[in-house]
Amino acid sequence: MDAVQLQLMREVADLHDVPEGAYNFRANGESVGRNSTANIDITSKTEGSGIDIRIKPGTKNESVHIPVVLSESGLKETVYNDFYIGEDCDVLIVAGCGIDNCGKQDSEHDGIHRFYVGKNSRVRYVEKHYGSGNGDGKRILNPVTEVYMEEGSSMEMEMVQIKGVDSTERATIAELKKDAKLVVRERLMTHGSQNAVSTYKVSLNEDGSSADVVSRSVARDSSYQKFDACIIGNAACSGHTECDSIIMDKGRILALPALEANNVDAALVHEAAIGKIAGEQLIKLMTLGLTEAEAEEQIINGFLK
Amino acid sequence: MLELKNISFGADSDGKKVEIVRDISLTVPDNKFVVITGPNGGGKSTLAKIIAGIERNTAGSIIFNGEDITEKSITERARLGIGFAFQQPVRFKGLTVLDLLRIAAGRPIKMDAACEYLSEVGLCAKDYINREVNASLSGGELKRIEIATVLARDVKLALFDEPEAGIDLWSFNNLIRIFEKLRESDKERTIVVISHQERILNIADEIIVLADGRVEKQGSKDEILPEIIGTKYAAGECYKLTEGVKGNA
Ligand SMILES: Nc1ncnc2c1ncn2[C@@H]1O[C@H](COP(=O)(O)OP(=O)(O)O)[C@@H](O)[C@H]1O
Ligand SMILES: [Mg+2]
Repeated sequence: MDAVQLQLMREVADLHDVPEGAYNFRANGESVGRNSTANIDITSKTEGSGIDIRIKPGTKNESVHIPVVLSESGLKETVYNDFYIGEDCDVLIVAGCGIDNCGKQDSEHDGIHRFYVGKNSRVRYVEKHYGSGNGDGKRILNPVTEVYMEEGSSMEMEMVQIKGVDSTERATIAELKKDAKLVVRERLMTHGSQNAVSTYKVSLNEDGSSADVVSRSVARDSSYQKFDACIIGNAACSGHTECDSIIMDKGRILALPALEANNVDAALVHEAAIGKIAGEQLIKLMTLGLTEAEAEEQIINGFLK
Repeated sequence: MLELKNISFGADSDGKKVEIVRDISLTVPDNKFVVITGPNGGGKSTLAKIIAGIERNTAGSIIFNGEDITEKSITERARLGIGFAFQQPVRFKGLTVLDLLRIAAGRPIKMDAACEYLSEVGLCAKDYINREVNASLSGGELKRIEIATVLARDVKLALFDEPEAGIDLWSFNNLIRIFEKLRESDKERTIVVISHQERILNIADEIIVLADGRVEKQGSKDEILPEIIGTKYAAGECYKLTEGVKGNA
């Protein structure tokens, strides 16, 4: 990998070196490094682009890194990655995509991730998006995430997109069985004339299932964001969705938290708040010696931390 | 030394011009402990905000250590060494107590240094250092963190606006100790506290009584305190509590 690609790797997967455990590195449409372990097997799909990741039942404290980088202008790809996670696992999965586009043509990566989470398994999933390069070509990411959760399983998803991606359309769907638990933490910052849409459809299908979907976002300049999260309660379950946004400059945000209860014992809550940075917060930090711009940065960094 | 020369502040209230600070002139000498007291609505907070640059005086000038700072921004005044603890501290979603103390210190201070500032205000550091400065903190906790942010800065002039407000009696004793310690510290630091509390007035070098936007009295503690003791400008600890009860009734 070249310097640009290595930089992207660092941004999206915090990787400074080859990670321990299983991994698959994809750069400009090709696999450039792969490691399977005794418990985690990564194979290329026989049809179409992408990989299958199979994690043996009982695999604990292991990790899989599958970062993707694009540094060639004009590259467009759709990749299917399927995760089959056995029963009683406890694993960390780090995905993420970095695009550097210095050229005139648009670069696009559409990753379709499907997770089949086995009974009583715990998964922590981290996905970061990052864009760089000052070409006219757009950096586009359209991730689709599907999560199918078996009884007693839990999944914590952290999705972060802070810089440089011109256009994103993210779609996440999840279906939960008995006592399954899904936690989503999304952090997003858009600037320039960027566009970001994030849609969630979480179905709580069996008793004891729960979901907590929280998005914190900042829209600067003339960027646009849409957050559309729907939690559907089909059993005795509990769901919470929250969208908390800071709006700046000429930014625009549409927040559509939605709930659908199809069972009398479904307890569902949603919250949404959009507002500019409170003047008092800026003043307080200025009395501590920061300039207005520095104060703004600190407030945003804290908010998105 | 801080000199206020003919400071006035007018504001619009329902289309009517109101004078909140009226032609105040006063001098706060270096390394003194000065307490400003006076009735609610007398203009104390407004005056403190004018000194910090948060409100702009409509007439007069402010001289700080020989320099005219009337036109200087909040940031510039802060960098010249003016610190301000708000009467109603601000909450921040996402910023932790440690973040705030680091911003205040203006340098990447170590964890144990940050913890020391918290201990100084009577908070057990390990319980608080990584807490977010958000709605989960009580009013009293927030006030003490606010004071800690001023202590973390190396200021020449520290302004505290009603530090006792919203603090329970037990914490109040702690708070008095903080101010007694500040007073005794050999740091080159001038302290101005806005307070109604007798125990804070009692450690003052100088007392200023502000009423209706004017300086009603100013002088040494020995001179002023006997005149106001027992009035609500110099209340005992229980005053706030009974006041709270009356307010609730
Ligand atoms: N910007 C403003 N516009 C209008 N009225 C104000 C403004 N700031 C303060 N006031 C009013 O001025 C008076 C003095 O307020 P303040 O300085 O907070 O008094 P104190 O701190 O002594 O209780 C109050 O009646 C308050 O409502
Ligand atoms: Mg006041």
